[in-house]
Amino acid sequence: MKRFLLGAAALATLFLASSGAWSADRLLNASYDVGRELFAEVNKAFVAEHPGVTIDQSHAGSSAQARAIAEGLGADVVTLNQVIDVDFLVKKGLVSADWQKDFPDNASPFYSLPSFLVRAGNPKHIKDWNDLVRDDVQVIFPNPKTSGNARYTYLAATAYAKEAFKGDDAKVKEFITKLFNNVPVFDTGGRAATTTFVQREIGDVLITFESETRGIRKEYGNDKFEQVTPSVSLLAEFPVAIVGKVADEHGTRDLAKTYLDFLYTPEGQDILARNGNRVRDAAVAAKYKDQFPDVRLLTVDDAFGGWSKVQAEHFAAGGLLEQAYGSR
Amino acid sequence: MADPEIKSYEPHHESQSAAVTESRPVRIVAMAVAFAFLAIFLLMPLIVVFHEALAKGIGAYSEALASSDTRSAIRLTLLVAAISVPLNLVFGISAAWAIAKFEFKGKAFLTTLIDLPFSVSPVISGLVYVLLFGAQGVLGAWLKAHGVVILFAVPGIVLATVFVTFPFVARELIPLMQEQGNGDEEAALSLGANGWQTFWYVTLPNIKWGLLYGVLLCNARAMGEFGAVSVVSGHIRGLTNTMPLHVEILYNEYNAVGAFAVASLLAGLALVTLVLKTLLEMRYGAEIAATRGH
Repeated sequence: MKRFLLGAAALATLFLASSGAWSADRLLNASYDVGRELFAEVNKAFVAEHPGVTIDQSHAGSSAQARAIAEGLGADVVTLNQVIDVDFLVKKGLVSADWQKDFPDNASPFYSLPSFLVRAGNPKHIKDWNDLVRDDVQVIFPNPKTSGNARYTYLAATAYAKEAFKGDDAKVKEFITKLFNNVPVFDTGGRAATTTFVQREIGDVLITFESETRGIRKEYGNDKFEQVTPSVSLLAEFPVAIVGKVADEHGTRDLAKTYLDFLYTPEGQDILARNGNRVRDAAVAAKYKDQFPDVRLLTVDDAFGGWSKVQAEHFAAGGLLEQAYGSR
Repeated sequence: MADPEIKSYEPHHESQSAAVTESRPVRIVAMAVAFAFLAIFLLMPLIVVFHEALAKGIGAYSEALASSDTRSAIRLTLLVAAISVPLNLVFGISAAWAIAKFEFKGKAFLTTLIDLPFSVSPVISGLVYVLLFGAQGVLGAWLKAHGVVILFAVPGIVLATVFVTFPFVARELIPLMQEQGNGDEEAALSLGANGWQTFWYVTLPNIKWGLLYGVLLCNARAMGEFGAVSVVSGHIRGLTNTMPLHVEILYNEYNAVGAFAVASLLAGLALVTLVLKTLLEMRYGAEIAATRGH
């Protein structure tokens, strides 16, 4: 009985303690899965400029984070990797509808693109998207039905094909089906696909975010893999937003704004670029120019007429993605 | 319960040593299969864990364990186990006591309920708490109005862990107590002991080994639980990351040494559990056999 009371008391203390954990100089940043190193560096620099402030980090899949926040995860700001995840929070009334106007560049202080990683020496001479549908090439990317990363890959390939075949939908569909047929394993997420390519040594080319391909080379050896940047790819914005409802409850709206603004400062942009992301600041971009080869980037708006259209035409049940994926 | 001397004359205890009818080759094959299985599925992963953890030397290993996020993950895991194991100890004894020693309506139902966490996927148990306590959940609005935070904080993690681990103690004790029956307790009561004395001096000594075993298993699971905790944790570094969650996150960050260093601690915990259990059985083997009944 004594033990039970002790346990109950401990639990009660925890309830009270955890409800008082928020304060005006403490922010929780809910971010995507592989962004920890990046934001650990960002936070360190930010705290150095704003002593007394604490930034907590939470990392999980971008969509999983959006859902957790809707269920009450007390994040003051989000730094995700898919616009639709922030839009989900708008629908739940947590983020203001015009969040993309709250910060410059569509509230996306940095961006990346689906890019290629090939084995050393590029033995299959893979240069661009059309090489990926060759019969002798095996391609690795995760399942576009479960992975946001792979959705960008799917959209980038589609955008390329649309241009190459001048809008001939039948040919585009054939191209995408061929591409899917060249994928021996569809993993559920980006990291699993990386493992398949790097550790199980399956496939000739891995398609993932450019920022990821840099991380992989850093971790597994620059001499084992080569980056290949295709002629054209899709702009992948990494959106940031204040979770207004939470920030107002915590009294952290000003701090949240300062924190996200920091990402746009030359110092913030430098940290982002150092970690393999393409940045908006012209001076910083010029400084890291040789790390980011020129590439023509299409936007979802230009190539597909916006995210809601993409959602309806491509990703909805029975949509184009499912047709191509199902016809394998 | 009968005392040990009488018990040892019971015929079913003799049957263990009797009649090994299989031929020698059959026994060897069976043993080889068992050992090969153990080697492939248990031993090799264990070796891989320690090998990867030490891949960049002992310095990198200890550095990985010294990082503040890792230390707070360890602290949180210990805290969660320190709360949930005692709770389940009390619950397990109460439930086993009720089921084994009394007849009442709904007994079968209670027994089934105790098994629920074993049959439900841990992810689902986590989701149930989200549906209950989440901002859009049944109790979400009330909790929010009263400033109580459960989900994505320590209380949620404790609740999920308690749920997943609550069968361990009860499951271990129920068959034991059923087998022992009410005899000893009735004798104690008729000799004038009160309820508490009966429990403390009669029931507890009879069940202590089974109880300890249940607590060990319960603790191992409490520290190792991933699925349910992952759903309710919120993954806030330094605040709501337990060790198993931390392993996954480190691994996803290409930090193999860090991930396997933390994993090696969890594996170490499993080994300690195993060794403790074996030691107990060696030291008190006869007693355990007597009180565990088989």
